[in-house]
Amino acid sequence: MARKLPATDVVIIGLGWTGSIMAMELTAAGLDVVAIERGPWRDTATDFPPSFAQDELRYHIRHDLFLRPAQETMTFRHNANQTALPIRTWGSFMPPNGVGGGGVHWNAETWRFLPSDFELHSHLTQRYGQKFLPEDMTIQDWGISYNELEPHYDRFEYLCGTSGTAGNIKGQKQEGGNPFEGPRSRDYPTPAQKQPYAPVLFAQAAKDLGYNPFPQPSGNLSQAYRNPHGVTLGPCSYCGFCEWFGCGNYSKASPQTTILPVLMRKKNFTARTLSTVVRINLDNTGKRATGVTYVDSSGEEWEQPAELVVLSAFQLFNVHLLLLSGIGTPYDPRTGDGVIGRNYSYQVTSSVDGFFDDKNFNPFVSSGAIGMCIDEFNGDNFDHGSLGFVGGGYLGAVMTNGRPILNTRVPRNTPKWGAQWKQAIAANYLSSYTAATHGSCYSYRDAYLDLDPTYTDAFGRKLLRITFDFHDNELKMSQFLTDRLGDIVQKMGPREMNKHPRAGSYNVTQYQTTHTCGGAVMGSDPTTSAVNRYLQSWDVPNLFVTGATAFPQNAGYNPTGTVAALAYWGADAIRTQYLKNPGPLVQT
Amino acid sequence: MSRSNRTESPRPSASLRRRDLLASGVGLLAMLASAHAVEMKGIPAWNPVEDSPPVPVRPGPWQFFTPEEAAMVEALVDRLIPPDEKTPGGKDAGCAVFIDRQIAGPYGEARGLYMRPPFHDGEPTQGWQSPLTPATRYRRALAALDKHCQASFAGKRFHQLPAELQDKLISGLESGAVKFDNVSARGFFDLLLQNTQEGFFADPMYGGNRDMVGWKMIGFPGARYDYRDWVERHNEKYPLPPVGILGRPDWMLAHN
Repeated sequence: MARKLPATDVVIIGLGWTGSIMAMELTAAGLDVVAIERGPWRDTATDFPPSFAQDELRYHIRHDLFLRPAQETMTFRHNANQTALPIRTWGSFMPPNGVGGGGVHWNAETWRFLPSDFELHSHLTQRYGQKFLPEDMTIQDWGISYNELEPHYDRFEYLCGTSGTAGNIKGQKQEGGNPFEGPRSRDYPTPAQKQPYAPVLFAQAAKDLGYNPFPQPSGNLSQAYRNPHGVTLGPCSYCGFCEWFGCGNYSKASPQTTILPVLMRKKNFTARTLSTVVRINLDNTGKRATGVTYVDSSGEEWEQPAELVVLSAFQLFNVHLLLLSGIGTPYDPRTGDGVIGRNYSYQVTSSVDGFFDDKNFNPFVSSGAIGMCIDEFNGDNFDHGSLGFVGGGYLGAVMTNGRPILNTRVPRNTPKWGAQWKQAIAANYLSSYTAATHGSCYSYRDAYLDLDPTYTDAFGRKLLRITFDFHDNELKMSQFLTDRLGDIVQKMGPREMNKHPRAGSYNVTQYQTTHTCGGAVMGSDPTTSAVNRYLQSWDVPNLFVTGATAFPQNAGYNPTGTVAALAYWGADAIRTQYLKNPGPLVQT
Repeated sequence: MSRSNRTESPRPSASLRRRDLLASGVGLLAMLASAHAVEMKGIPAWNPVEDSPPVPVRPGPWQFFTPEEAAMVEALVDRLIPPDEKTPGGKDAGCAVFIDRQIAGPYGEARGLYMRPPFHDGEPTQGWQSPLTPATRYRRALAALDKHCQASFAGKRFHQLPAELQDKLISGLESGAVKFDNVSARGFFDLLLQNTQEGFFADPMYGGNRDMVGWKMIGFPGARYDYRDWVERHNEKYPLPPVGILGRPDWMLAHN
């Protein structure tokens, strides 16, 4: 039997990026906020100081900062005819754990989505006609426009001190930036990072081909920056230990380096770590959340009553908790009815390796969000009419590191071991480079999340089940993007070039990105969305759900900028609308 | 925060990893009555004894392998990464020591992984599904390899065979031509190759990459943390030698 704690105004589930943003905004509104986090407290000086942060084996290979699958995992199958099996060790994506969440170990690639991405279904059907889309594709509009979200993108970038070169300020195109981006209200807070050799060569080759290369927007800062909360970040030292690692320099934007030092001082904020929320509690009408039940690390169960519940765990765990708590109608792929678990999507990445003579790239000199990109082939920036697919992505020289256990390349037909392998690694480490595409993944009727009938977690709860595979549309897109990337790499003058488009079935063992999306998407129609345009549950109005969970489909960019902007947008709606008149912010 | 806000940290229970209890180092701390959640208010203070440093391996006898197993593993890693004029092979780089210490630790027992039944084979793209821990896979596969060698080569063991035969056997594991009874030979090849390359390139404090030979071979400067002066020096060779998390051997000598 759970022991009941004193009630609070707000309980936040998960203290990562969006939990920290929500906590900061709602404590500023005078509310008492309790955040409940499954993992431990983490901070720079204790967990990843520069005296030992640069440890590829511990952090990358053995997954030290991540959730342990023994605590919670998911099962996976490609389609409804297969038996889902548990993901026993992480591969394709890396669920975070602990205070700061994925904000601790992300690369800090801080993108905005295109204006057309938010009106995707309307935009594509207007331009190409309804019949152009695959019959089983379930993309939809977000119920929010880029212009509405712009001030919130801006807030996140100025929170982080994001380093970049603007391409469009208030409709005026800017030299050296991304000409395709939506208008931004002002420049980036700090200039773009300096670029190592390969991105500079890539940018020159792209320019020669008539493209408009620009620096990737980076949360690894080009210079010291003091944010509006008064927290100061230091300049990035290009150490090459970014994604999978915590930053020892206070130079990667994270909750730790932007929000927590101020949030923790607030008298109306409490963080409770090592505590797993097992369900969101509802009253007997089923239309009102009364708080949450959690289990601490000694196995004891507690009830935390609250007036308002913010669900801000990692995307997959948000959906898991909604299903376990009986909130909203679970999606049924046979009828297409129901919304919880609907429109699960991912990211479609690919790469091109180039092997060069007489070049030394020093691949270890890098940062998580370094690089030069082009956006000519993202979203609907190019005519898809003759191509037979929709979607796109950015192409870039965005290699983040030269860590030797995983990030080495060998030419075609090199054996996997022995003298030839050894010689090839030694000869090509400094003089080869991998460029990448970062493509969209649209949603489909048969890609969804539900509860697994067989496997359970450490608390005896049914695991979340992922049913997902790549569709022809995405594989065609990947082939096209990879070919265009190959054009640029070829122009850089390699001795040998190897293209790796995404092909075949989704492989859950192969790291691609941690950009799992959807499952409780936002929208303007409660029959096709779980939350309204303010991230408020249609079914339980005192519940808000943050994160990539809300994406109706994924765009050709890294999601964190949009995830954080949505959190600010949702917090703003709570502060300016909900608190004055608690109830549904959108009438059905 | 002011130091006066600090309360005594409770003593961590022995069953929990110290790293999981970092929160005991925060400013104003209140344990919920007899519970193991950690409630935090105020600014986390840095305390030099409450970090989560890595644990370097100690020299000494084998911790997991028997001497016979160790001889086989040393021979195997020396064929996966053979010595040449410029760089030692897997054996002298310490790859077998690295694997021994890894398998003797949490990695060997698959700690933290999802190990609940039922276990079914699925598509390879659904991921690893064996109930066998890495430690069990090594133990069974090395015994099976020994049996296979002794039966096929007149009582000779793997490490007593000439290099060409050793390579042929390893290729047989890789291709699936050599099969074992109670463990996947192909799966063992993948595991061994992965662990050998980890040992060759991981920080030397884990027992492999001895004298940073793997890093020197490719030109990786190791655990350095500041390349600001180098980001715009294009197409130049980085001049400084590698350094590990514990420093470099010549630094150690200075202490002796």
